[in-house]
Amino acid sequence: MDIELITNILFATIRTGTPLILIALGEMVCEKSGVLNLGQEGMVLMGAVLGFAASVITGNLGLGLVASVIAGMFMSLLFGFLAISLVANQVATGLALTIFGTGLSAFIGASYVGVGIEGIQAWTIPLLSDIPVIGKIFFSHDPLVYLSWVLFGLVFWVFKSTRLGLTIRSVGENPEAANAIGMSVFKVRYGAVMFGGAMAGLAGGYLSLAYTPLWSEGMSAGRGWIALALVVFASWKAERIMLGAYLFGAASIMHLVLQGLGFEASPNLLAMLPYVATILVLVVLANDAIKAKLSTPLALGQPYRPQL
Amino acid sequence: MKLKTISKVLATAALAGGMSVAQAEDPINIGFVYVGPTGDAGWTYAHDEARKYVEEQLGDKVKTTYVESVPEGADGERVIRQLASKGNDLIFTTSFGYMNPTLKVAKKFPKVAFEHASGYKRADNMGTYFTRAYQGRYLTGLIAGKMTESNVLGYVASFPIPEVIRGINAFTKGAKEVNPDVQVKVVWASTWYDPAKEREAAETLILQGADVLTQHTDSAAVIQAAEAKGKYAIGYHSDMSEYGEKAHLTAAIHNWGPLYLKKAQQVLDGTWKAEDLWPGIAEGTTDLAPLNEAIPADVVALVEEKKAALKAGEMRVFDGPVINQAGEEVVPAGSTMDDGALLGFGFYIEGVEGKLPQS
Repeated sequence: MDIELITNILFATIRTGTPLILIALGEMVCEKSGVLNLGQEGMVLMGAVLGFAASVITGNLGLGLVASVIAGMFMSLLFGFLAISLVANQVATGLALTIFGTGLSAFIGASYVGVGIEGIQAWTIPLLSDIPVIGKIFFSHDPLVYLSWVLFGLVFWVFKSTRLGLTIRSVGENPEAANAIGMSVFKVRYGAVMFGGAMAGLAGGYLSLAYTPLWSEGMSAGRGWIALALVVFASWKAERIMLGAYLFGAASIMHLVLQGLGFEASPNLLAMLPYVATILVLVVLANDAIKAKLSTPLALGQPYRPQL
Repeated sequence: MKLKTISKVLATAALAGGMSVAQAEDPINIGFVYVGPTGDAGWTYAHDEARKYVEEQLGDKVKTTYVESVPEGADGERVIRQLASKGNDLIFTTSFGYMNPTLKVAKKFPKVAFEHASGYKRADNMGTYFTRAYQGRYLTGLIAGKMTESNVLGYVASFPIPEVIRGINAFTKGAKEVNPDVQVKVVWASTWYDPAKEREAAETLILQGADVLTQHTDSAAVIQAAEAKGKYAIGYHSDMSEYGEKAHLTAAIHNWGPLYLKKAQQVLDGTWKAEDLWPGIAEGTTDLAPLNEAIPADVVALVEEKKAALKAGEMRVFDGPVINQAGEEVVPAGSTMDDGALLGFGFYIEGVEGKLPQS
């Protein structure tokens, strides 16, 4: 393999990993607060379709992205209302959200099938992008890729060294105790759920406005589910989510590149590579059973009823 | 899956509602079962366009209903049965996986005419049909072979089944005829539909020197990738020029309209019978989207000439010599591949690079 090929593989790896990072970071924050939202796929699709529609109508991609984020947040609010305020079963509500979002996005998007738009272009960062190899791999992406790094930094920092991070965690570990010391479990959980929704919506916008600037039904193709699994395998750690998402991206790209290189293996086997590689690496990283157990938010998936 | 069930239930409910409206002229009712959403801009979209065409042409003599995103298997059987028991006279089931369910229901409703796409099982009241899309592929291959400068063509494929392999070979056959130096590189995306993955597959091919791309997957992402990189691409299923004005040379498209119209007319006239139809260029079920202006006039003329020859039956795409990758003559000059061999295509012809994966 020559250097140009490797550069291109790594470049594509980052692009492929980005939607997973956005969804998984959002879901991680949501789960840290004790709420399991399985509605990622529905929120991503709603973000994708409304972002696309807004871009076509206004001709402004920035507004499109804003619409994506709002769409994701709106969907998550719906989830929040049912699962937090009405204390409905989180798993069932989340699944319903995915079904609802998939269907509604198809309905809204029907008239946008077959419409082409320009899409969000790459921002090559001056100076940094001139560095050989590194510049091409890291600094010639579209702005959403850079944004995903900023958001990673933010999430990492919040959980590493802020009071907010502690608050979210305590609500996810033991909502009764958190409530007893005066934290508003509802507010924290709503906030976390909406952050997750915004991130999923943004990932949808990334798909329909930057990655493949088009709308067609079900275009997220299961990324919401992969991201959900990624959160668990990454033991709710932002840095492992990054690692897992890029690993998944790299293996997905290798599935395609290896075929072109004349590598003689069944493409069906190669297609499994991303899943196998990601799970293996993250499981090995989380091999300490006790630690792994500690990293799971204790109250995950349990509805919280305030004691009256 | 869940969604599919739901949308199906909704569609079925809508169908039940629509059925209660009685019509004075006593039109025939036609039901359609789709495997995907009508908004997929691909396979199902083409069938739905044909349904609209039949409605347009026959006006109030027909009433059509469709149920979209119907899973193959048991659910499919339920939907087909429901359509039959709701008084449909003719039912099109448009995916391979509906074959056995259609047959089962057909036996229970002997007065209803069934038409199943792409299958091989038939009954007295169940015909089959498919389109020779590979003829369109061949014509696009001629264009690709002429337009390439690198002599490397890229093909984003889904799964190694005969239908897809036939398309790759037909494309290669066309390209090789006009450009003996050409090589076709295939990347199997292992999915029918994942725009992002299709785009990455396209970029992988571009990276390996391909300058004309085509795909046997369902989104337009390959066209977009080609447009972004200043390469050419050829669409499939429907005209995809909207996704890349410069890149989109043409597309091999399906046009089921004339076939469906014919079948509906036969039911109206009472002349319908179960047949095994495999129409193509001649009947208009496969065709080319408008050609890009970048294609030189002599190439356009060549394509028109070959198209006319295919239409007139003066030639077939896999007329011998058909040579496999090992250089063996599979079909000698002077003879042609029969339909049975075409339906079971299980090898690459010369000019395709790499080894055919075992499915």
